[in-house]
Amino acid sequence: MAIPPFQTFLDSERDTVFRFLVATVGPDEAEDCFQETFISALRAYPRLKPDSNLRAWVLKIAHRKALDLFRARKRRPLPVEEVPERAVMASPNGSSDVWAVARDLPTRQREALLFRFAADLPYSDLAEALGCTEEAARQRVSEAVRNLRKVMQ
Amino acid sequence: MNELEKMLRGELAVDGARAAADRFAERAAAEGLLDVAYATVDSPLGKLLAAQTRRGLVELAYEDRDADALLAELSSKLSPRLLEAPAQFDDVRRQLEEYFEGRRTDFELPIDWSLSQGFTQRILQATAKVPFGQLATYREMATKAGNERAVRAAGNALGSNHIPIVVPCHRIIRTGGALGGYTGGLERKEFLLKLEGVLL
Repeated sequence: MAIPPFQTFLDSERDTVFRFLVATVGPDEAEDCFQETFISALRAYPRLKPDSNLRAWVLKIAHRKALDLFRARKRRPLPVEEVPERAVMASPNGSSDVWAVARDLPTRQREALLFRFAADLPYSDLAEALGCTEEAARQRVSEAVRNLRKVMQ
Repeated sequence: MNELEKMLRGELAVDGARAAADRFAERAAAEGLLDVAYATVDSPLGKLLAAQTRRGLVELAYEDRDADALLAELSSKLSPRLLEAPAQFDDVRRQLEEYFEGRRTDFELPIDWSLSQGFTQRILQATAKVPFGQLATYREMATKAGNERAVRAAGNALGSNHIPIVVPCHRIIRTGGALGGYTGGLERKEFLLKLEGVLL
């Protein structure tokens, strides 16, 4: 089996990648990260092995793009009058609020949540995306859910 | 599933995803990463699937071809960097429209011949030179391609034409006047020849 035409790949992964990015970087920057993610994917695409797990592959790229964005944000000083995000998160009541809170979890736990719930990866793919065993991936997710619940109470 | 997991799986403004994906083709073109662009173009003969590379128009298929199979073929023969990019087809769309309205007799579109080789390619290139409103025979095309006896091969070459209408294989008929075959079916051949005033 050859790799599918890029349009087919884009059509089948766009919702997952967009959800993942909205959860990771927030709705305002998701579009930019989305474009960067698929441009990188398109650049590498012809060299991809035909049996690659395309979803796990593109999510790893999206994850890398999100990290690039966080690094750029740190270098960019925030205007002083900006209200700290956490203040409005006292009682989260929707998906994007929960994800905003999840952004403050330790990196390894946050990543586990993002790949598991925002990208809806099964545990077998999750292990590949996180670079660990399936068992370790399960542990990270349950630890993250426990922590998140604590933070939100 | 508990409340928290439900929230984590909840709707995350995916309405943006479609729009973002639609904008992607233009971004890819700007980055020089769009190897094969395709789009659907309307015509009186039904929807046409048009594809082009940097070199030019490479495919113009009637709607009875299976689009998924066709895109998979273009992807494997040309490049998997293949995206739907309607904005790249303004010229093709306009020239086809003018042709079907009888306001254009010559297409001025660069052609990418790379889907055909050797004798087949020479037959198709000779066919591209047959003017609007005129007919030629399979034998004449075979002769022009360098082998006057390869009449049947000329017919096969024309049957494999990837760019009908623009490469006017409909103008090629049998010696003696019978219409012969056509990639899109004989009705379409007759329609085109009537449009060009050759058939009544």
